[in-house]
Amino acid sequence: MSHIVIIGAGECGARAAFALREKGFDGQITLVGEEEHLPYERPPLSKDALLHGHAPKLVSDAARYAETGIEVLTGVNVERIDPAAKTVQLSNGSSRAYDQLLLTTGARPRPFPGLAGANHRIRTLRTHGDTVALRATLQSDTHLAIIGGGFIGLELAATARKLGAQVTLIEGLPRILSRGVPEEVAAVVAERHKAEGVEILCGVKIQELSEGRDGAQIRLEDGRTIAADLVVVGIGAVPNVELARDAGLAIDNGIAVDEHLRTSAPDIFAAGDCCSFPLRHYGGRRVRLEAWRNAQDQGLLAAANLMGAGEAIASVPWFWSDQYDLTLQIAGLADGATQTIRRDMADGAFILFHLDAGGRLIAASGIGTGNAVARDIRLAEMMIAAGVRPDPVALAAAETKLKSLLAA
Amino acid sequence: MSNWVEVCATDEIDEEDVIRFDHEGKTFAVYRSPDDEFFATDGLCTHEKIHLADGLVMDDIIECPKHNGRFSYKTGEAKGAPVCVNLTTYPVKVEAGSVFISLA
Repeated sequence: MSHIVIIGAGECGARAAFALREKGFDGQITLVGEEEHLPYERPPLSKDALLHGHAPKLVSDAARYAETGIEVLTGVNVERIDPAAKTVQLSNGSSRAYDQLLLTTGARPRPFPGLAGANHRIRTLRTHGDTVALRATLQSDTHLAIIGGGFIGLELAATARKLGAQVTLIEGLPRILSRGVPEEVAAVVAERHKAEGVEILCGVKIQELSEGRDGAQIRLEDGRTIAADLVVVGIGAVPNVELARDAGLAIDNGIAVDEHLRTSAPDIFAAGDCCSFPLRHYGGRRVRLEAWRNAQDQGLLAAANLMGAGEAIASVPWFWSDQYDLTLQIAGLADGATQTIRRDMADGAFILFHLDAGGRLIAASGIGTGNAVARDIRLAEMMIAAGVRPDPVALAAAETKLKSLLAA
Repeated sequence: MSNWVEVCATDEIDEEDVIRFDHEGKTFAVYRSPDDEFFATDGLCTHEKIHLADGLVMDDIIECPKHNGRFSYKTGEAKGAPVCVNLTTYPVKVEAGSVFISLA
C-alpha cells in the first residue's frame, strides 16, 4: 500500500491530509507534528484565543482523522529524512518508510538578535502554548512592550489593550507595516492604535534587550530605557528548512519548490510557510508567503500533485488582519506598481488599487470596519488572476460594481 | 404550517447578489441567483459566525467574506475547507413583487 508521510501538523499539513482522502487516495497517510495538540488554526492566537483563553480551534476533531484513516502523531519530531532509503526517523525512536513525502514544517518566530534561548519575560507568539503563556502574564496593569510593528505585534497590541494592559510598540523602521502594506492603509492602523492608547515608537533602534526577575528592559540607542513586565518580539519568521537542508534539498529563502510544489528531490513536495515558490502572476518571481490562506491553498494543491495532477500554483497572495473592529485585507503584491487608484466607500472604508505600467491590476489593499472591503478585495483578487486592465475611473467610483470590471 | 415573513421587494436584491435580513433576533441571508430565482439561508457562516451577506455570490455559490468558506446557497451544502458544516436553508416565495421566506 502506498504511504504518504506529511511532516508538520499545522493548517497546511492537515488540509493536505484531508484533501488526499477527498480526492480518493486510499493508501496510508501519516501526519507528524511536534506540538501536543491536533492541528489547529493559528490566526486566533493573537486575537480571540488570547482575549478569552479559548482552547485551540482545531482544523478538525479527532473523530474525523480516525474516520478518514489519517494517522496523526502529535508531540513527535522528525529527526532525519533519508531520501535515498525513503525513510523518516522519528523522535519516539521509530522510523517510517514513505513512498512520497510532504514537508509542511512551517516557520518559527525570528529570534531577537543576540538573545539567548528560552525566556520568561521576553517571549514570541506562534503556538497555542505561547498564547497560554502570554495570557498568564497579561493583566490589566501589565506593561507590555512589543518589538516589531508587523501584523503579529499590532494584533497583539489591540488584544492587550482590550485586556487593559499598557502597551508600547517599538518599530525600527520609519513606519509600521512597511512590508507589504501601503502607507495610507498603515496610517489608518497607526492612528487607531494611538486612539486606543497604544504608544507607538517608530524609527527607533534597540541597543540592548535584557530580562530581569520580574520584567524586561529595552535600552534604546537614543539613550531611553523602557521597563516592561513583558516583552514580545514580533520581528518576522524564519522558515523551518533544517530537515530539508540536511536531506540535501535545495534551499532558497525556504525549501525551494517548483510551480507544482515539488522540491529538488523526487517524491518530496513542500507547501506553506516553509517553502519558496515561483509566482506566476508576477513574472515567476520566487516568493515565500506566511499566510493562512496560502497554507490552506498549497495544502490542497500539494494533495492534488501528490496524486499526480500536475497542477501549477495559480493563486494570488491574499491576507488579512483584524485589529479592534478594523479589518485590513490585501490581495496581490503591490511592489512594482506605478499607479494607485483610491476607491472611497461608506463609513471611511477605502481600497487602493495598484496598477503596473501596462495598466494591469497587480494588487489591492483595503481597510474598513468589519467586512466592509471584503467583497471588493475578493473581486480584485479574481481580476488580478485574470490579468484585467481595469479603467482607472471606474475603479475609483464606488458605485461601479467591480463584478462588471471582472467580466470586461 | 408555514410562517411566511416578508423580506423586501424583489428589486432590492440585484441578480447574483445577496442581502442580510434580520428577524426576531435571528439573521438570514437572502439571495437572487443569476437566473433570477430567490433563496435564503442562515445568515452566519458555520465556520466563525461571519455575516455571509458581506460575501461574494458567484453562480450558485456564496463565499464567506472572512476566510472564503464556500456554500451552495441553493442547497446549503458546504463546499470544502475551511467550512465543513452545511448551512440551513429556508423556503422562499415571491408574491406581488415581494420576497418572503418561511420560518416555520
